[in-house]
Amino acid sequence: MSMTITEKILARASGRDHVKPGDNIWVNADILMTHDVCGPGTIGVFKREFGQDAKVWSKEGVVIIPDHYIFTKDVKAHRNIDILREFVKEQDLPYYYDPGTANYKGVCHIALPQEGHVRPGEVIFGTDSHTCTHGALGAFATGIGNTDAGFVMGTGKLLIKVPETLRFTLNGKLPKGVVAKDIILCAIGDIGVDGATYCAMEFDGDGIAHLTVEDRMTICNMAIEAGGKNGIIAADEVTMAYVRKRTNKPFTPLASDPGSAVKEARTYDLSKMVPCVAEPNLPDKYAVAADRADVKLTRAYIGSCTGGKISDFIMAAQIMNGRKVSIDTFLVPATQEVAEGLMSEHIDGKSLVEIFADAGCLDIAPPSCAACLGGPLDTFGRAQTDEVVISTTNRNFIGRMGSKQAQIYLASPYTCAASAVTGYITDPCQFL
Amino acid sequence: MSEASPVIEGKVYVVDDNIDTDQIIPAQYLNLVPTIPEEYRKLGSYAMIGLPSDFPAFVAEGSLQSDYVIVVAGRNFGCGSSREHAPIALGAAGIKAVVAESYARIFFRNCVATGEIYPVESTTRLCDVLHTGDEVSLDIGSGTMTVQKSGDIHTMKPVGDVGPVVAAGGIFPYARKAGMIKAL
Ligand code: SF4
Repeated sequence: MSMTITEKILARASGRDHVKPGDNIWVNADILMTHDVCGPGTIGVFKREFGQDAKVWSKEGVVIIPDHYIFTKDVKAHRNIDILREFVKEQDLPYYYDPGTANYKGVCHIALPQEGHVRPGEVIFGTDSHTCTHGALGAFATGIGNTDAGFVMGTGKLLIKVPETLRFTLNGKLPKGVVAKDIILCAIGDIGVDGATYCAMEFDGDGIAHLTVEDRMTICNMAIEAGGKNGIIAADEVTMAYVRKRTNKPFTPLASDPGSAVKEARTYDLSKMVPCVAEPNLPDKYAVAADRADVKLTRAYIGSCTGGKISDFIMAAQIMNGRKVSIDTFLVPATQEVAEGLMSEHIDGKSLVEIFADAGCLDIAPPSCAACLGGPLDTFGRAQTDEVVISTTNRNFIGRMGSKQAQIYLASPYTCAASAVTGYITDPCQFL
Repeated sequence: MSEASPVIEGKVYVVDDNIDTDQIIPAQYLNLVPTIPEEYRKLGSYAMIGLPSDFPAFVAEGSLQSDYVIVVAGRNFGCGSSREHAPIALGAAGIKAVVAESYARIFFRNCVATGEIYPVESTTRLCDVLHTGDEVSLDIGSGTMTVQKSGDIHTMKPVGDVGPVVAAGGIFPYARKAGMIKAL
């Protein structure tokens, strides 16, 4: 019987020839990722349940990437990183990216693939809902809580239910100014914030070939915003080129069998898509950007695992080059590699750093999650009152960026940058 | 009242659709580590503090525990983050069950894995019928919720496989009981 890519990966990871949606199976994890917010609790569960002297199931399998509360004076946040450090030392873990050292990376979902920990066909669990990002490279990746993660840490296994698949076939090529973020906001707008609950969101079609790995990450990252268990795109040459540069570990890519059954199939003509926003307070509140030109903004934010990659900053810089922003504009590169890219990437002979400085953006923050999730009160870019923010992040829930009074519009880096220039929600096409 | 299918009695707190984890426990409190007992209790004191300001207090100022024992909600309760702090904050505040039309997947799973609260699905939309402060009696075993004042009885979907896991106190005690992992 034919299977989807998600079913095939889960079958392999559970040592079966075949699985079907609804099966409850024990799967073997390849990677367990955690960070500073959920790592200490996961370690607490692991020690409570397996004993103070217990060892993790695989040293290479546990990847710890602190990223959430790094540049804050909050004492507990620092205590939490100390808990991680001590655990890493005690367990002798090779993959730990320590804040304050040259090995610090930044946002876990961008660092994980950058450091070669995401490989097609593998199973990744992470104590973060946006772990679904890694499906962009053809892996099965999903977010779990501390207790489940403690279980994985001790056993390398987790009991999961095989999800049904929603298949989104993306055909054609995006028009200029329309990007991956617009695709996923459109899809979420169509199915709603619980439209994919318990399901895999699989993206295929001839349009995928035109999307970079970073574009695909933007799409899979937001699967959770429709309630999805995972987002997934089968690996192709684009993926292989990315992965091979970053790891020489062996892996076996998998893809959906032709005609494999899905719960629901939708087809999108990418050439018909337009720049859009998600209005407050839910990611499924789709609106065409051009139709919201009367919304006055007070702040723009470019960052996070959704919109803080180097490709996102290049888009923003294309718009801001030679222009000035008219509202406070906060820039937070996701990782150290992205921060370095801001210096090494050039447009018209100017580095991105220079372009953003000339445009009047605030000084670029060091890489972390920063205000994507509000965070401690002293977090860079945190909304403190009734700001109206346009943001490249993934969630616009009440209070998500700090203050409950703030209003958050989600958009692509192009739309955010164009809106930063005018101070109103703006279709970026006029600037490209 | 048997351990496997308790009857939960007390006041309900009513919310509506898409209550996300940032409202259940805002990110600024995620510096608290749930496995540290003092911080576990602290998390309880901040439960639901992210709700819009026109909602009544869920935990009274200066208190660690809520006066309510059941949260009644609409669709997609617990959407958003995978933070286990969310069901834990509710459990630490004294909540025993959530009764919602539907749940976000990770929140539901975290309720069961931690054994903190029963995630019960209602067969009808109760958040439009009940009011915060109503006294109810929720029988997990028979899948019914009785409203004390009116005597109305509402039917729940069966909790199924997850009932015994929550009753045991989460996946670890359950897995030990079932012999799936070694006793400590
Ligand atoms: S950048 Fe935002 S969404 Fe991504 S992991 Fe950090 S807090 Fe979560």
